Amino acid sequence: MIVRLRQPKREVTIDGPCSVNQLLDQLSMNRESFLVIRNGTLVPGDGRLDDSDQIEIRPVISGG
Amino acid sequence: MVASVSKCRVCREPAIIDLPRHNANFCAEHLLQLCRRQVEKAIADHDMLSLDDRILVAVSGGKDSLAIWDILLELGYRAEGLYIGLGIGDYSDESGGYAQRFADERGLTLRTIDLRGEYGYDVPTAAKVTKRVPCSACGMSKRHLFDEAARAGGYDVVVTGHNLDDEAAVLFGNALRWDVEYLARQLPVLPARDGFPKKVKPLVRLTEREMAAWCIVRGIDYQVEECPMAVGNKHLGYKEALNSIERQSPGSKSAFYLNFIERMAPILASHSRAAAGELVACSSCGAPTTEPDSGDAPVCGFCRLRGRVAGHDPVPVELVLHGGARTAYRAARLAAGSAASPGATADGRTAQ
Repeated sequence: MIVRLRQPKREVTIDGPCSVNQLLDQLSMNRESFLVIRNGTLVPGDGRLDDSDQIEIRPVISGG
Repeated sequence: MVASVSKCRVCREPAIIDLPRHNANFCAEHLLQLCRRQVEKAIADHDMLSLDDRILVAVSGGKDSLAIWDILLELGYRAEGLYIGLGIGDYSDESGGYAQRFADERGLTLRTIDLRGEYGYDVPTAAKVTKRVPCSACGMSKRHLFDEAARAGGYDVVVTGHNLDDEAAVLFGNALRWDVEYLARQLPVLPARDGFPKKVKPLVRLTEREMAAWCIVRGIDYQVEECPMAVGNKHLGYKEALNSIERQSPGSKSAFYLNFIERMAPILASHSRAAAGELVACSSCGAPTTEPDSGDAPVCGFCRLRGRVAGHDPVPVELVLHGGARTAYRAARLAAGSAASPGATADGRTAQ
């Protein structure tokens, strides 16, 4: 699946299927600091992600 | 693998988010309900707002300020917004766009101030001239201009979008230094005083993750990218440290901050009162400020800053960034100019 990342904007390719938590663990991302959006909708930690899904991992921390 | 086994704690419909600190999952409807109730509780517990108040929301174009504006309107409050263009390159232009579109789509009043156009400087230039971190000039400018706008506009209270993560990170930093004066003043409400408007933080019971989720569920488009001047600052480091603890021990952040407010802040109250000296009017702008020991005419921090930096040619953002922040800024600019190729690694490098 193609996963869109932010800060900076970029994309990575990850083999699916996997859960949201597995995806974040694979990318060494803290679940507390990110949300995962599948096809425009939020997905909880045990939500399944497939190769055909459009995925965005959105950081939630801001430093301003 | 099942698509999702999580069920909403309230209605048992499929969940969209897991919130470990509540040991629960929520659907969209009940996530919004949770957020509204937490804001209502913060407002009630700390006597922040009344429905008669004229409220000025400090709007940045980020998730927190747009979310609190949205929530306050949902709860029936009369709230208008103020956006300050800080002159931080494309970042400020984009942030202002998000704030304006939010207001326009809802028919809301958004006031705007352009720091360079109206006061003759911007944040990167101020940082370069004063040789101080950009967040120093930024914070001082915003505080002064929000106060001034509230006084001039007859607003009863200024609302900021500081959330639980913001407050816990500031508390963490102040505790690391045992800065008792700052600790004593770190409250969710600053009462009106000597010309300063009342300021309140209704999001102190909600995390950044919950605020981002609010915006996504509500369809609020906001500035997701980080301020380039803030990349690598201490505040972000404290947040990351606290989130590492939160991951291991859910609920730690809220216990750290909310128990401080309940148990420690009353003990420190006398230190806050001792630190609050008498204020006089700035001889330049009339804003309240401390009286100088020298006997000179009082000049507030904002006017001193403006006096030093106004009139200098604008300094590009990149010239006041160093190390990792400059690298991140260049990477962001590159990414904005061209779509990254599939197969790039998580840190943006292209896999061979």
